[in-house]
Amino acid sequence: MTEGQDELEAQFAQWRHYVQRRRELRQTDADELEDHLRGSVDELVSAGLHADEAFLVAVKRMGSLDDLSREFAREHSERLWKQLVLTGDTDGPVADTRSRRDLFAMVVCALGAAASIKVPELFGLEFERDGAFYAPNAALFAFPWLAAFLAWRRKAPRALMGVLLALFALGAVAANAYPLGEESMSVVLTSIHLPIALWFVVGLAYVSDDLRSPRRRMDFIRFTGEWFVYTVLIGLGGGVLIGFTVGTFSAIGISPETFVGQWLVPCGGMAAVVVSGWLVEAKQSVVENIAPVLTRLFTPLFTLVLLAFLVAFGISSGGIDVEREALILFDLLLVVVLALLLYSISARDPLAPPGLFDKLQLALVVSALAIDVLVLLEITGRISEFGTTPNKAAALGENIILLANLTWAAWLLLGLVRRSTPFAALERWQTTYLPVFAVWAWIVVLVFPPVFGYL
Amino acid sequence: MKVAKDLVAASATPMVLGILAEADSYGYAILRRINELSGGELDWTEGLLYPLLHRLERLGHVEATWQTVPGERRRKYYRVTESGLAELAEQRRQWDTVVDALKEIWRGPGDARSFTAIPLGGPA
Repeated sequence: MTEGQDELEAQFAQWRHYVQRRRELRQTDADELEDHLRGSVDELVSAGLHADEAFLVAVKRMGSLDDLSREFAREHSERLWKQLVLTGDTDGPVADTRSRRDLFAMVVCALGAAASIKVPELFGLEFERDGAFYAPNAALFAFPWLAAFLAWRRKAPRALMGVLLALFALGAVAANAYPLGEESMSVVLTSIHLPIALWFVVGLAYVSDDLRSPRRRMDFIRFTGEWFVYTVLIGLGGGVLIGFTVGTFSAIGISPETFVGQWLVPCGGMAAVVVSGWLVEAKQSVVENIAPVLTRLFTPLFTLVLLAFLVAFGISSGGIDVEREALILFDLLLVVVLALLLYSISARDPLAPPGLFDKLQLALVVSALAIDVLVLLEITGRISEFGTTPNKAAALGENIILLANLTWAAWLLLGLVRRSTPFAALERWQTTYLPVFAVWAWIVVLVFPPVFGYL
Repeated sequence: MKVAKDLVAASATPMVLGILAEADSYGYAILRRINELSGGELDWTEGLLYPLLHRLERLGHVEATWQTVPGERRRKYYRVTESGLAELAEQRRQWDTVVDALKEIWRGPGDARSFTAIPLGGPA
């Protein structure tokens, strides 16, 4: 009898397992349905069936889980949508306390970030006036807090915490120790590159539980994409909030500009950096990532535009107008192409055979490379003619780094399409290449100003 | 003979509220009671019952609590609320109207023919 009982319990356990995989069915629903099933089994057993027979009949009577889930989904359609962090109900008390502790840590870090940007005011610097101070330092207010949150969440080793701290301190030195004029090129360069350099420090905190793993690096790439999307969304929401704040208070004759300009925008912006990071961490496995979806949408469109550009260039046969802006534009183009490549890699099933999308991607990368080579030929001529500036050197260096990355990526993609290289090689190439970007950003921030005489 | 699906669905709410008005109960017992009352003619499924119970809970017509009755498993018991009783009364009034009307028709002579004699659709 007890053997039959054990077997029955095993069957119930298996059944529960199936039910729990349904998003439409919550834990309590599973409990309720299990009670129902047990009632049904008990009745059948008392009618003379064996336990295992009774179980089969009872399950059969309940009907397929598909039908059941569909009926539940009609009443609980909201469950198919989100199940996100802010609602209290998660899977059990352990996950619950964990998410509450995360929430608490996030709030502390977000408040810290919001407070940090107000600290310089104690020393007489004003957010709206002292752009030359705030622009290069912007990333230093929020990123350390985000890194702190991530490192805390991953229980980073003490030595690594020290490294993170040292790197942020180095960033602070780079932003403030050099005598850079307010109008100098170097201030602009530092303002652009220091956030990138520091973002990789955040990345270090992100991968702190397993520094050498390529999978974790890929996760960081995913994290970056999602973080970006969330930050943009929060920014949009913040814009609406500001609009209403200004509008409503102006209507009653109070001007909220000082509050908005000196508190809402800077503090909200810094806090948003941390909140986005927390959101990505919290929802990770819950919702489908949006960055790969955008990638799918835009890869064909970008490929078309690039090919059209090449055709138009061939027909018109005029040169490319390579002013400084143009070079930056083409740098950005390569960044976009790289991002499209990265985010489709991040979402691709490593074992899937090469498909149409991979070929499309190869076309995208190759056309971007072709365009970039044209631009490079043009620009090297210019530089040898007029000499170099920090801006040109930075843009050129970035171009070469991206070109190297994409060239090898194109080669690997070709191998993938021809089934001679595994997909993992492509993934590995991109994750191994990440430090190159970080090192370059640090070079621009640390080495460029002295080399170019603080121009 | 099985009762058509639409009719089962339409009568589901008053049926459940009515059973809960008799006594607090739980899913499996409610289903058995319905079977008993209809002599097995009403084809209720779990997919109909539980989402309905949850809907009634959301609307405030019933309250649910997890309880352990001595000697039994822990179960989710449902209890009808004031608003549930009001809803039941309203549904009952409507069902009485329908049933009375149908009875009136069916009591009359030559019922089958009187249906076909009426032109469907009519001039509109």
